[in-house]
Amino acid sequence: MPSDNLEIKAISGHPGTVPGANASRDYDVCKLVDTTTCIGCKACEVACLEWNGYEFRETTFDNTYQTMPETAWNYWNLIKFNEHENEDGTLSWLMRKDQCMHCADPGCLMACPADGAIVQYANGIVDFNQEHCIGCQYCLTGCPFNIPKFNSATKKVFKCTLCSDRVGAGLEPACIKSCPTGCLHFGSKDDMKALAEQRADQLRKTTSHKDAGVYDPAGVGGTHVIYVLHDAKNPEKYGGLPANPTVPSMVRVWKRPLKWLGNFAMAFGILGAALHYLRFGPKTIDDKKSDGSNRETGERL
Amino acid sequence: MSSISVPREETTVPAGEVLRYNFKERLCHWLNGAAYVYCLLTGLAFDTPYLFWLASIFGGGATARFWHPWSGLVFFGATLWMHALWKPDMAPIPEDREWNRNIQYYVTNQDDRVPPQGRFNAGQKTFYWAMFYSAIVLLATGLIMWFPEKMPRDMHWLLTVVTFIHSATALITIGAFIIHIYMGVFMVPGGLRGMTTGHVPERWAKFHHPLWYRKIRSQR
Repeated sequence: MPSDNLEIKAISGHPGTVPGANASRDYDVCKLVDTTTCIGCKACEVACLEWNGYEFRETTFDNTYQTMPETAWNYWNLIKFNEHENEDGTLSWLMRKDQCMHCADPGCLMACPADGAIVQYANGIVDFNQEHCIGCQYCLTGCPFNIPKFNSATKKVFKCTLCSDRVGAGLEPACIKSCPTGCLHFGSKDDMKALAEQRADQLRKTTSHKDAGVYDPAGVGGTHVIYVLHDAKNPEKYGGLPANPTVPSMVRVWKRPLKWLGNFAMAFGILGAALHYLRFGPKTIDDKKSDGSNRETGERL
Repeated sequence: MSSISVPREETTVPAGEVLRYNFKERLCHWLNGAAYVYCLLTGLAFDTPYLFWLASIFGGGATARFWHPWSGLVFFGATLWMHALWKPDMAPIPEDREWNRNIQYYVTNQDDRVPPQGRFNAGQKTFYWAMFYSAIVLLATGLIMWFPEKMPRDMHWLLTVVTFIHSATALITIGAFIIHIYMGVFMVPGGLRGMTTGHVPERWAKFHHPLWYRKIRSQR
């Protein structure tokens, strides 16, 4: 919040404690998507394009209501539709707003080699700075949600910013503002988590969705976009939402042990060569000792 | 005329010296080396934040990322060319085993106890084969890493695997490369000159590569 640094810390000539000190919470922001009240109108898709300045691009029709198969570098917000056949033969028409999840433990940021190309704000937003992006796409490798998308013309990677430019000015993200059913909520992580749990509880108690629950995966440290799902036990059926997303183990091993092993090995390799030179020095040609004499035959040239 | 000129070779060998690397071999070696060093320095920039500054030498991270794969292709091409030139000389010979067994005498400069070697000693052959096989692995993994955007979603796990293998293999080549530079420039005086001018003194050849020296002398 922009007013945070104007919170009063000390007051001159004031007896006792500072009124209101520590009363304000540190906000880490969160988007709550209630899939049970989404009607698939795609107003959020349009609002996202409008705020971020992208043209509405051509759609890909594949016999569903979905705009295109997956998000694109210039299409960060996509409602995923799935006509899911239940065990009892009935159909569930599932809609899920797909976008960057803004992980607390972001795999994209861990994998990225470019200084400053990906930042994580204290409020939880994970943002890409394209001016520092080198186009290597290691972020794709680290992301468990298939979110970063490459623009092959500019060789830069793009994704949802959680409207960091709006949130920084005290506004809600554009998608939230456009939602007509109120299935999208925005606020502090604590508040959204409480609201989501309340809604899931309501669903379990008052509807047939006995497996309703909140999606806030612990494998990536929790996310700053959370879902209420009718069936929290099978998130995969909501357009491929991973059940237990984590930063891939190969990326973790590559970025931590291998990198440090490599750095130390290189440093000690160079140091070792220098020490060898000091101890043994260069080879000198000794015509007497070794002019091609063969130890086995004793033959001399 | 005091110099011996070798027909069909562009290299003029002065008296008292012998031809070690002809022009083709030198060109191949330095093309390979230049492409490798470019990949090495830009690759180190991508590998660790402490060396990301290396990218600025080559025009910034995005430029380095653009050229790194192309330079890798040049490196691989030069490696294949080198293979065509040196494969017979790099084939293992029985003496290699003994050299490897006595490597401590070579390392500690007790050269009178080192078994005689051919054109390339067993250590040079180890370096050569390490770089040759690494080049194949780096090419195979690097081609996939060049176009991650083409990788279908359900194959993204492969990206994580090839990225790891690419880094690990590059580290193996770096270890070999450090030793190669140290040997060629510092530990064996005359080695670098042999690779630039193409010729070495006879006593250098006799001392470091006696079997090879004997062979070329008998051919003369």
